[in-house]
Amino acid sequence: MEQGDPKEITIRQELAYELRIGQAMTENGITVAPDITMADLREVLRRNRISGTPVVVDERLIGIVSIEDLIEALASGEMRATVAEKMTANPVTLRADEPLVHAVSKFSHLRFGRFPVVNRDGELVGIVTQGDVVRAMLRQLEVDYREEESHRYRASHIFEDIVADDIALVFGYRVAAGDIGRAGGASSGLKRALSRLGLHPQVIRRVAVATYEAEMNMVIFTDGGEIVAEVRPDRVKIEALDKGPGIPDIEQAMLPGWSTAPPWVQEMGFGAGMGLPNIEACSDEMQLDSTVGVGTHLTITIYLNDMRA
Amino acid sequence: MKLGDILEIIEGKMITQNAEMDLEIQMGCGADLMSDVLAFTHEGTLLMSGLTNPQVVRTAEMADVRAIVFVRGKIPPSETIALAEEKGIPLLASKYTMFETCGRLYQAGLGSCGLFELTLRRWRESFEKT
Repeated sequence: MEQGDPKEITIRQELAYELRIGQAMTENGITVAPDITMADLREVLRRNRISGTPVVVDERLIGIVSIEDLIEALASGEMRATVAEKMTANPVTLRADEPLVHAVSKFSHLRFGRFPVVNRDGELVGIVTQGDVVRAMLRQLEVDYREEESHRYRASHIFEDIVADDIALVFGYRVAAGDIGRAGGASSGLKRALSRLGLHPQVIRRVAVATYEAEMNMVIFTDGGEIVAEVRPDRVKIEALDKGPGIPDIEQAMLPGWSTAPPWVQEMGFGAGMGLPNIEACSDEMQLDSTVGVGTHLTITIYLNDMRA
Repeated sequence: MKLGDILEIIEGKMITQNAEMDLEIQMGCGADLMSDVLAFTHEGTLLMSGLTNPQVVRTAEMADVRAIVFVRGKIPPSETIALAEEKGIPLLASKYTMFETCGRLYQAGLGSCGLFELTLRRWRESFEKT
């Protein structure tokens, strides 16, 4: 027996038990009648590029004849003999509803090139070769792989798989003060994490825009802080916490167009007083608390079932 | 409209490599204010800007802007180009002004992105009172 990775053998055995012979066999294959000559058989095999075929009378399987039988007939000058004389009568068969593993073990024990496949009434329904077995397994592997791929990184899938009364995935990012060159790194990381989780693109966009504005504010105006995103089955909550200096007048800060940004920030395309209103527009809920000398705590909630753009 | 058509209409040049010329562009937005871009644009937007710092690319990334055209013949610094290549956002250069670059594309049938809800509300409050 071949040696291999134990894990690989497990997958192969699993597939061999999971699949039925009926799923692997070739249906409505070529058959021959017992009364044709071996010379006629040669034409059938050559024309169809096959190396053997079942012998059938009225749908009923009576034998199997292969290229080896043909070679023997050729060697002994019996090409005018009928197939009935040269075939293997009452061949070993497999049933369509048997697991594929039965075919695998028969191929390995009997070393035949093909087995006729019959239904429960003994009627021929197809033929199975080793190539068919391999193809069926590969096909199934591909199907399994696709399913796995499509389920991978799906938040909904993760949430379905984990049983808990309360479940949340938490992503934390540190934001350095004044590091304008690297600003946006936290939002970019969060955006990537959420798309990996398979969240709706509109939700991801709203989270990304709101987080980016909050991150820019943190970089421009504060002494640094952190952004923590908590993803739950029904919502994403983003908290931006900084170490000060705090906002003296929140109501004023929320006004569109009101800004205390220095000119260098405006040159970057920010500081036009649209940051907080933008965050509010992207969120379903927004809470802004600030204490001068302590810091600012911004909480943004976006619900996953609300698909507004 | 496809990215390839846009390049032709504005007689532009590609700054980033390996851009997909079949990339579908739905609408355009001309802005130098990044908060406006974040507020106004929708997925599939082409951004026209005179700003060339890396935050323009970051903004585009967050807002799902599909490609950026730098107007007035500006060529962005290498940090901007590097970030755009990392994020897979094509950068184009136009030797025309913001007005003409946008005008050429608008005339060729590229639509404009909509207005920010909040802005729209204030507009109505100010000018459309009955």
